[in-house]
Amino acid sequence: MRIAVQQEEFDLGAEANAFAASDTANGAIVTFTGVVRDLARGDLDVMEIEHYPGMTERAITKIAEEAKSRWSLGDVLVIHRHGRLAPGDRIMMVATAAPHRKDAFEAAEYLMDYLKSRAPFWKKEISASGADWVAAKDEDEDALSRW
Amino acid sequence: MDVLYFAWVRERIGLPKEKVETEAATVNDLVAELSAREDRYAAAFADLSALRVALDQELSDFDAPLQGVREVAFFPPMTGG
Repeated sequence: MRIAVQQEEFDLGAEANAFAASDTANGAIVTFTGVVRDLARGDLDVMEIEHYPGMTERAITKIAEEAKSRWSLGDVLVIHRHGRLAPGDRIMMVATAAPHRKDAFEAAEYLMDYLKSRAPFWKKEISASGADWVAAKDEDEDALSRW
Repeated sequence: MDVLYFAWVRERIGLPKEKVETEAATVNDLVAELSAREDRYAAAFADLSALRVALDQELSDFDAPLQGVREVAFFPPMTGG
C-alpha cells in the first residue's frame, strides 16, 4: 500500500506499470485518474488545492485500510496532489490490485467516494472572473451511504 | 491548544493557525468564545452546518469535549478526489 500526498506531477503510465507488476497473484488492476476540469465557460486559469498536512495522510490511510478490510485486495495506491494546477493537469490517481476484478472495481469506487468527502482537500477555481471555493455536493455525501 | 483554519474559513478569519488559551469544555464552547472576539470570527462561524471540525486530525462533532485535545481544525466540507 502506498499513499502519496505531493505537489509534484506524477507519471500515470510509470505508476500504473510499477503497480501492475507488483504481484502475480493479482489478476485485476483498476486505475482511476482525476483531472482538472475546465469551467463550463472555458476560462479556468488555476485550480488551487489546499490540504491539511498530517490529517490528509492519516485520513487517506484510514480509507485505504478500510477498503482492504472490505474487499480481497492485493495492493492499493493513492496519489493526490495539492498546490496550483492547470486545466488538464492530473490531480490524483487511485489504483487497486486484486485477484478478481469485482473487488478491484468496487474498492476503487469506494476509495474515490471517500477521498471526495473525507480526505481534507479543498479546491479553489481561479479564473478571470474571480476565485471561488468549490462547494461540496450533496450527492457526494449521499454516495457514502451506499457503502 | 493550536487552532487551525482551512479554505474559506482561513480566508475569512485571516490566518491559518493560532494558539488559543481556553477553558472551553466543548467545540461549541470554543466556537462561542472565538465568535465573541471579533466580527471576522463571528462571520466565519455564523453557520456551523457549513463547517466541519477535526480534533487532533480526526473528524469530530461540535458537541465533542476538548479535554486533552491539542489541535482543533475548522474547515468547510472537503472536496478531494
